[in-house]
Amino acid sequence: MKVLVPVKRVIDYNVKARVKSDETGVDLANVKMSINPFCEIAVEEAVRMKEKGLASEIVAVSIGPAQAQETLRNALAMGADRGILIESDMDLEPLAVAKLLKAAILAESPGLVIMGKQAIDGDNNAVGQMLSALLGWPQATFASRIEVQGERAMVTREVDGGLQTLSVPMPAIITADLRLNEPRYASLPNIMKARKKPIDMKKTADYGVDLAPRLKVLKVTEPPGRKAGIKVESVEALVQQLKTAGVIG
Amino acid sequence: MSVLVFAEHDGAVLKDATHKTVAAALALGGPVDVLVAGANAGPIAALAAAIEGVRKVLLADSQAFSPPIAEALSALIVPLMADYDALLAPATATGKNFIPRVAALLDVSPVSEIIAIPGPKTFQRPIYAGNAIETVESMDAKIIATVRPTAFKAAGTSENAPIENLAIPAFNVATQFVGEELSKSDRPELASAKRVVSGGRAMGSAENFALIEALADRIGAAVGASRAAVDAGYAPNDYQVGQTGKVVAPELYVAIGISGAIQHLAGMKDSRVIVAINKDADAPIFQIADFGLVADLFSAVPELTRSLD
Ligand SMILES: Cc1cc2nc3c(=O)[nH]c(=O)nc-3n(C[C@H](O)[C@H](O)[C@H](O)COP(=O)(O)OP(=O)(O)OC[C@H]3O[C@@H](n4cnc5c(N)ncnc54)[C@H](O)[C@@H]3O)c2cc1C
Ligand SMILES: Nc1ncnc2c1ncn2[C@@H]1O[C@H](COP(=O)(O)O)[C@@H](O)[C@H]1O
Repeated sequence: MKVLVPVKRVIDYNVKARVKSDETGVDLANVKMSINPFCEIAVEEAVRMKEKGLASEIVAVSIGPAQAQETLRNALAMGADRGILIESDMDLEPLAVAKLLKAAILAESPGLVIMGKQAIDGDNNAVGQMLSALLGWPQATFASRIEVQGERAMVTREVDGGLQTLSVPMPAIITADLRLNEPRYASLPNIMKARKKPIDMKKTADYGVDLAPRLKVLKVTEPPGRKAGIKVESVEALVQQLKTAGVIG
Repeated sequence: MSVLVFAEHDGAVLKDATHKTVAAALALGGPVDVLVAGANAGPIAALAAAIEGVRKVLLADSQAFSPPIAEALSALIVPLMADYDALLAPATATGKNFIPRVAALLDVSPVSEIIAIPGPKTFQRPIYAGNAIETVESMDAKIIATVRPTAFKAAGTSENAPIENLAIPAFNVATQFVGEELSKSDRPELASAKRVVSGGRAMGSAENFALIEALADRIGAAVGASRAAVDAGYAPNDYQVGQTGKVVAPELYVAIGISGAIQHLAGMKDSRVIVAINKDADAPIFQIADFGLVADLFSAVPELTRSLD
């Protein structure tokens, strides 16, 4: 079974995003960029499937600027077999990303798509669900466990009240949550090997889909800050403060 | 602008997130109708009918929506949208799961987690773990969005609106529900609790997490956790507060043994009063805490619980 994993290049999760002074967006110049953590978890899951003999090939797909090749190399170093970069310098909305991924998926016909539940830049948590709708494939989002059983995948999902298990026929779209696995560090030899793995360079125009934005970004602003508080010396002082603030009786 | 609001419930209780989403819908204009989908959901529909400002409740009473599988909900909702300009759902696990799906089927760009509605088709939403607020104007024919409940004041109650029973369309969903393991607790629900006590990695074990629970029970609080505490198995996954967990904004949030990573702050920094207990005086959590106590939690927390007797 071929497994396709969409991966996004985003600001590194350790970096605090700063709003540009002209309020047009977030300043990404000279900021460390990395593979989206949830996409990394998705890649790890696919690699484990391959190690178990459940997957035969792993294709990583990224839509983004030329530098997103690094993101694909990262996936290749973890164990993906080849990459596809759909080059775009636009900040595409989830709808456009889903349409491009749909086209790429129809060309590749994988047996399963595993992707992140959320990209930590736009925090949309949307592309997987949208892709599933556009393809007419089942969706199992927020996965913390995936077990392939013949033609179906048993997926345990993190929901508000706890855990839920769904059984979906494949091909399906599964989105990864934090507890699905702990991604490996790529070893140096694997990083070297990844340099030789193929990356197919595509343009968005190759897919002939409508990418026109539907949301006009009017501005991007700083969130309201919090005033720094005070340190208290003792538990007793803390209780006193909480009583004064009226939050405990 | 006619708005359909998806009601969040668990079969027994209509979630407060619904009232907040109705408030957001009323801010968009109106009329506002509420969709209640579930098995034997008549009593939930009655509760929804009593929300102030609701014109009518659409009741889709069927086993097919219990639990609410995204494919089934979409099949129900997409045809209904012929009569509405907007669809809003609370940004809960259920809402996040089906809203983008409905949007894609209607060829609309969804707007995730709106926190304010400054204009008729203009929305604010947090991005980058809440480190920036994006203001977007939708150019689509319809608005399909999730609403962050903590950002809106719940609509009140009023006289009962009429309830209309929906004919359930025939649809075939390949996804099968296998089972669920829901956390049981007598404590208030984390997402809407007035007080929350959260523990982090420093708790060290599931057993030690009892210190958090004891304090929470003393003050009638819900229990939360950092990702590190959940990953380590000290607390269940549905306790996670943060960018990719639950967003809370209680009157009082107590962070114990939590460093204050941006991903955690994203889920609790709108709380009214924040207390941090951490043995590291330089922990980032202190930068947003109203009251910080530099102390070892293993002595400070039991002492705090005792002194609240
Ligand atoms: C994609 C992604 C999504 C994420 N989403 C979330 C999320 O939704 N929610 C979330 O919480 N995190 C999230 N994280 C993780 C986040 O980055 C941090 O790793 C996590 O919040 C740290 O948890 P912590 O504060 O409990 O642990 P640590 O950072 O290890 O902090 C432990 C703290 O306890 C203190 N301490 C130790 N011993 C004691 C003691 N005896 N008494 C008092 N204090 C003590 C230490 O000084 C330290 O400050 C996410 C990360 C990624 C990459
Ligand atoms: N530009 C992109 N290229 C490849 N995959 C993407 C892209 N944007 C989003 N995705 C995928 O969709 C998931 C959810 O992203 P989002 O809905 O934007 O939060 C990510 O974890 C990726 O797997």
